[in-house]
Amino acid sequence: MAGGASLIRLTGITKTYGEGQAAVHALRGIDLDIAQGEFVAVMGPSGSGKSTAMNILGCLDMPTRGGYLFQGVHVEKLSRDQRALLRRHFFGFVFQGFNLLARTTALENVELPLIYRGAPTATRHAAARAALRQVGLEGWEHHNPGELSGGQQQRVAIARAIVTQPIVLLADEPTGNLDTRTSEEIMDLIVALNRDHGITVLMVTHEPEMAAYAHRIVRFVDGRVDSDARQQGRA
Amino acid sequence: MWWNTLMLAMRAIRRNLMRSFLTILGVVIGVAAVITIVTLGNGATQSVSDQIASMGSNLLMVRPGQRYGPGASAAPRFKLADVEAVHTQISGVAAVAPVVSSAVTAVYQANNWSTSVTGTTNDYFTAGNWVIAAGREFTEAEERAGKAVCVIGATIRDKLFGQQNPVGAEIRIKQFACEVIGLLKAKGQSAMGSDQDDTVIMPLRTVQRRLAGSVDVNMIMVSVATGTSIDAVKLQLDLLLRERRKIGGSEEDDFRVLDTRQIADALTGTTRILTLLLGAVAAVSLLVGGIGIMNIMLVSVTERTREIGIRLAIGALEREVLLQFLIEAVVLSSLGGLIGIVLAAAASIFLAGLMSVPYIFDPAINLLSFVFSAAIGVMFGYFPARRAARLDPIEALRHE
Repeated sequence: MAGGASLIRLTGITKTYGEGQAAVHALRGIDLDIAQGEFVAVMGPSGSGKSTAMNILGCLDMPTRGGYLFQGVHVEKLSRDQRALLRRHFFGFVFQGFNLLARTTALENVELPLIYRGAPTATRHAAARAALRQVGLEGWEHHNPGELSGGQQQRVAIARAIVTQPIVLLADEPTGNLDTRTSEEIMDLIVALNRDHGITVLMVTHEPEMAAYAHRIVRFVDGRVDSDARQQGRA
Repeated sequence: MWWNTLMLAMRAIRRNLMRSFLTILGVVIGVAAVITIVTLGNGATQSVSDQIASMGSNLLMVRPGQRYGPGASAAPRFKLADVEAVHTQISGVAAVAPVVSSAVTAVYQANNWSTSVTGTTNDYFTAGNWVIAAGREFTEAEERAGKAVCVIGATIRDKLFGQQNPVGAEIRIKQFACEVIGLLKAKGQSAMGSDQDDTVIMPLRTVQRRLAGSVDVNMIMVSVATGTSIDAVKLQLDLLLRERRKIGGSEEDDFRVLDTRQIADALTGTTRILTLLLGAVAAVSLLVGGIGIMNIMLVSVTERTREIGIRLAIGALEREVLLQFLIEAVVLSSLGGLIGIVLAAAASIFLAGLMSVPYIFDPAINLLSFVFSAAIGVMFGYFPARRAARLDPIEALRHE
């Protein structure tokens, strides 16, 4: 997938924890362009800085230096609340550990981002039901996470991420806690979201089988981008 | 935003029903204690003032009193002439009654009862707020002649006659028989706790001659006419009695004027201070309840760190998380306040019955307690809420 206006542009991003002798350089200058509609897999050994990069991309963390343009907005200059609003309106998050609210039904979990958007109750219910249907969980609306399998919980998490119709889906090892078959189902779902709804997907993984679903694989080593390769075939 | 946040808070409370209940228990008990104590205190105050009103309002009681210091001697008693002087020379007086009392045993058939006899005039009924339930007052002839007739209180009727009509019967007091000509309507306990209905009333002269053996008067009761200043009457009384008792300008009074209003103020003042004191102690327990809320909210924030992380990650603003936890605390504490109010109503009605004081619903203290409990939610919920709102979403999501 070539072309498309740049949705995300990182220039010279560094992230340093601590100061002086004890300083840890998690990112040592990252330049990255991601276009609308791409499916990017981020790989790399632990400590390579890929999680830090993802947190910065997701507007959860701030770079020490460098620029982050998202849809032409300088994210590195935004306040904490402004970044929260950006996440609310444009980002969906899927985590390795699902991160659903316990003792809360699937429907209520999926509704959560809409509550912060101030959507009226009826709209919220309808959107949440539609999102659950989209991830194949029709009929499971009133089950709590404890009553769902791992794959189903991750589907609820995906429904929660897409219920706001985000531009970017950030997935942090979404299949890390799942068996191979369930992983493939989840990946098919993510691929479908990318293909059919044009959602830009950024996915951290260390499994080559999962990375194979993506258009493009960015490999991190030691706080730098080591390789950035587009791959043919899957799309 | 407010409505949504309220809904989020309600969901969180519902998710942890048991813990929510335990959290508010302190506030429930605190509010219930404050309201119950104040309500009972008000009831007690009311019952004291009712009792004093039953003694007769605007009542002055004049007794001979001891003089202190060197050369002191027993103060002389009053005479009937003093009573008449008060009656004729002081303006603004509704009734003046002399009182002579004597402890006796009253006997009717096989029943006997120790009581006290009061010798007085018909003015006593006016001054003391007595109502004749059956029979009649004394006639002028009976008073003048010192006849052996009496009006009895409800307790005497119960003890000597049971349910029988006592009017017309003869009871024996000491060595003479006395015809019951009237029955007083029951008044109940006095402010000092004695039974006001345990009394036998006879004409003054009868008691002086047959029981006291003197022409002294123990006490003068003066009922001040409505619309007249009690202090003005007191002043006149003081001047008149000083003159009659030949007390020099620099000497102290050898009599004392007691005012039911003063007694009322003193007694209700005491119960008010007690109520205030106990209420303050209960308010401290309410404060402790608030600290309990803060404690649980802090635990809750730690326990729900991951949840807060999720909320922040999906785009909750700092103030939305703050507001959610704050509202959670306020809803919890107000709920505690409401339950406390209901509990207090039940406890107050029950205890008021037990202590035989009237139950008076006091809207002010109920409202105050409720507002105070909500305020406690804000006060003690703010710190944990701020802690939650300031969490770093990345750290919070990593929290196990």
